[in-house]
Amino acid sequence: MDPVFEFCLRMGDNTLVLGHRVSEWCGHAPVLEEDIALANTALDLIGQTQLWLGLAGEVEGKGRDADALAFRRDAWDFRSVLLVEQPGGDFGNTILRQYLFDQWQALFLAALTSSSDDRVAAIAAKASKEVAYHVERSRGTVVGLGDGTAESHARMQAALDRLYPYVGELFAGDTVDEEIAARGIAPLPGSLRDAYDAALSETVAKATLTLPESRWTHTGGRDGTRHSEHLGHILTEMQWLQRAYPDATW
Amino acid sequence: MSKEWPLWEIFIRGQNGMSHRHVGSLHAPDAETAILNARDVYTRRNEGVSIWAVQAADITASSPSDKGPLYEPSEAKVYRHPTFFDIPDDVGAM
Repeated sequence: MDPVFEFCLRMGDNTLVLGHRVSEWCGHAPVLEEDIALANTALDLIGQTQLWLGLAGEVEGKGRDADALAFRRDAWDFRSVLLVEQPGGDFGNTILRQYLFDQWQALFLAALTSSSDDRVAAIAAKASKEVAYHVERSRGTVVGLGDGTAESHARMQAALDRLYPYVGELFAGDTVDEEIAARGIAPLPGSLRDAYDAALSETVAKATLTLPESRWTHTGGRDGTRHSEHLGHILTEMQWLQRAYPDATW
Repeated sequence: MSKEWPLWEIFIRGQNGMSHRHVGSLHAPDAETAILNARDVYTRRNEGVSIWAVQAADITASSPSDKGPLYEPSEAKVYRHPTFFDIPDDVGAM
C-alpha cells in the first residue's frame, strides 16, 4: 500500500472519528457555551477530515473521494488511534480525551507545516490555526476542572487514569512512518514524545493531577489490526445513511 | 459561594476602525474563558476582529424610573441640535 495514502488515512481517520465522538455532545453539554464550543470543535475536525481524506483519495487514484472513504469503509480499514474512539463518558472524560489529542495534534501539525509534500504542508498550515485554539481551550478546561472542586478533581483523575494508556499509540511508529519520514513528509511519531511529555506534565501539574507511572499503551488502531468494539458502533451510526441509501442526495 | 458562573456582557468590533458593539451576554467562570466562549458563541460567522468581555455586575446602569429627570429636560432644548445653520451646497451631506 502507498505509504502516503496510509499516512493520510491515519490523519483523516483520527479527526473523523474524534469529530464524530465530539459531535455526540451537540445538545447535551452541561452549559450552552460549552455545547457551542464542542460543536465548533467537532466541525473543525470534520473539516480537516475532508482535507486529509480528500488527499488520500487523490493519492490512491481509484476515484474514491473523502465521502467514499469516510462512509464506505469498514472498521478494519480505519487507521485512527484507539484514543479517539474511546467513549465520551462524562464531560471531564471528554475534555481530557480532547486535550490529550489536541496537544499531540498541535505538535504534529507544527512539524508538518515544513513537510516536503506541499499538499500536506498546506493542510497542516490551515488546521494548525484551528488546533491552536482547540488546545488552548481544552488545556484550560482540564486545569480548571482538575484544580476545581473535590468532585471535579476526582473525575479528572479517573479520566486521566483511564485514558493515559492510550496516549503511547500516538508515538508508536512502524515501517509506514519510517518511509514517510525518509521522504521528509512527516517526522517519526516518536520524535515528538519528549515535547509532548513536557507539555502534558506542565498541564497535569497545573491541574493538580497525577500522571500514571506506567507508560504501557494499547495499540492496534493506527495500523487497523485491533480496533476496540467502540469503532463498529460509531460507524454503524455514522455510516447508516450511506449504507441504507447509497449515493443519496438532498 | 454561588455555583452559577457570573454573567458577562460581550462587545465585538466587526472591523478595524469601527467601535465595539454590544452583541449579547454569556456565562463563564473567569475573564479568559469569557473571551473563549464569546469567540465560540458570537464569532462563528466571521463577525469580529476584537472582543471585549465585561462582567455584567460591573456595569452601572441608569434606572428606567429616572427617565423623566434624566431625559425629558433635553426634549425642549431643540437649540442643542445644530440644525439652524445654513450649510453651503458644496459641503454635501453631513
